[in-house]
Amino acid sequence: MLKVRNLWKSFNSDTDFQIDVFEGFNLEIEKNTCTAIIGPNGCGKSTLLNLVSGSLPVDKGKIILNNEDITSLPEEKRALKLGRVHQSPSMGVSPSLTILENLSLANKKGETFSLRGLVKKKNLEMFIQMLQDLDLGLEDKLHTQVKYLSGGQRQSLSLIMAAMKHPDLLLLDEHTAALDPKTSHVVMEKTRELLQKHHITTMMVSHHMGDALKYSQRIIMLDKGKIILDKPSADVSENELLDIYKAKLAERIIA
Amino acid sequence: MNSLIITSLEQGLIFAVLAMGVTITYKILDIADLSVEGTFPLGAFVFAKFAMAGFSPITSSLLAFGYGSLAGLVTALLFVKLKIRPLLAGILTMTMLYSFNLRLNGKANIPLFSLNSLFSDISALVLMVAVVIGIKLLLDAFLKTEIGYLLITTGDNEALVRSLGENSNKYKIIGLMLANGLVALSGSLMAQYQGFVDITMGASIIVVALASIIIGETVSKSSSFLSITTRAIIGAVSYKLIGGIAIDLGMSPTDLRAISAIIVIVFISYNNFSSPFIKSIKKQGGKARVKSKKPLEEL
Ligand SMILES: Nc1ncnc2c1ncn2[C@@H]1O[C@H](COP(=O)(O)OP(=O)(O)OP(=O)(O)O)[C@@H](O)[C@H]1O
Ligand SMILES: [Mg+2]
Repeated sequence: MLKVRNLWKSFNSDTDFQIDVFEGFNLEIEKNTCTAIIGPNGCGKSTLLNLVSGSLPVDKGKIILNNEDITSLPEEKRALKLGRVHQSPSMGVSPSLTILENLSLANKKGETFSLRGLVKKKNLEMFIQMLQDLDLGLEDKLHTQVKYLSGGQRQSLSLIMAAMKHPDLLLLDEHTAALDPKTSHVVMEKTRELLQKHHITTMMVSHHMGDALKYSQRIIMLDKGKIILDKPSADVSENELLDIYKAKLAERIIA
Repeated sequence: MNSLIITSLEQGLIFAVLAMGVTITYKILDIADLSVEGTFPLGAFVFAKFAMAGFSPITSSLLAFGYGSLAGLVTALLFVKLKIRPLLAGILTMTMLYSFNLRLNGKANIPLFSLNSLFSDISALVLMVAVVIGIKLLLDAFLKTEIGYLLITTGDNEALVRSLGENSNKYKIIGLMLANGLVALSGSLMAQYQGFVDITMGASIIVVALASIIIGETVSKSSSFLSITTRAIIGAVSYKLIGGIAIDLGMSPTDLRAISAIIVIVFISYNNFSSPFIKSIKKQGGKARVKSKKPLEEL
């Protein structure tokens, strides 16, 4: 499904501040699985997603999606195959537009945008159904500007927008990190439902060990741009992950 | 009605076209586009050129719109392709247009009294009401289309536009072209209205446009159902009426520019300080302030 081959990425190359994030990184993601990616701050999780989505160019290496080399495709072309939800709830929506307008935009993804009217009555029922499935009462707020929604509501909306056209690969970058524990739980449950219902292949970055284990089938831990653990989630315990984390942290303090 | 009020209304409606154009860049795309200082007189000079060559006033005005859009395209390309910051891109286009405008007819000012204009056979007030309403309805309809919504979203959240598979630069180009087309049209209308074209016509026109937009927003703040085009129109007409009355009360017309800038300062600061931030200080004190600031920053 997704193959990352011999990936190299540095920031601030040829300066005193050069940071080498990936040096020959390889990864393969299987279809219809949710792969959780964990690791300490700065280990390269977001950079990996940015390189896959095309938000950042690679220095060297290949990104292959469904046997197609997409390394040189611009971000907006890759976006047709991908869905993405960011950490910040305002990144995935257009705040000054209403819920209905945001959903209508997401529903046009992959088609040509023309001078026809955007909001169409015929989609209304489908959108209301999607919002009802979320169970946050958003179906009564179709005409509310998204900027008036709470972070959790916005993030849930971002999620259904990103998943609406059933992307080949969904990238979730700490998409519940800005939410309180209760809302975060609700959004994670909705995420699971959506992924299972539509069989969406997912890479999910999280700092929450429990969530990472509970909602994924495979768990990958990164450290300094390298995979230091790669196991089926069912075979790892939260304590095992925390122990590795602590060991890594101690290593850093000594070093 | 007193003739001063009528003149102010007529000019206010001409500036409403300008304000609607600048609304697209300033309010929708969130770009301070200074090229309008060049495209406003450009519209006037283009009108003069074609009207003197025997083209009808309608054709000449439409050509002014076309030339204005091309100037907008120049700014957009400087910005999008050459990665020049929008503020500087606008200044560069404005500077180039200064020379271009002078070259167009080889003169810095041209009287148009002897030529036919859109206002020759019809009352300026009636015509301008029709033009402004027509443009407003067209713009409103455009903003409800798929492309229109992507224009709004480009100003709102560019990353979302790209995630929909669209190149957000395309919408910046469309926005800047449309905006500058309208500004040039407004310039050509002003030239026809006052009966002459002058190279200094565009000076500080951005301040007039911003003042209009900001007044429009403040005046109609409580009524959220008003569209941004309506606000721009209300703002431009109010601005001209306020200015007209001030001059009538004995203020020197040359002081009007400083007054316009002061209007912009006063209204922007009024808007800033009547935000939830200030209200929460007034109402609840420190704790609520921190809370209410956060969603603002997120947006
Ligand atoms: N745009 C950038 N410019 C310069 N350096 C960057 C940039 N983006 C990331 N980095 C650096 O690359 C490294 C990896 O960052 P990245 O954001 O991928 O980490 P992360 O694993 O997502 O961390 P976190 O858990 O804090 O989100 C860090 O050292 C970071 O400072
Ligand atoms: Mg990150």
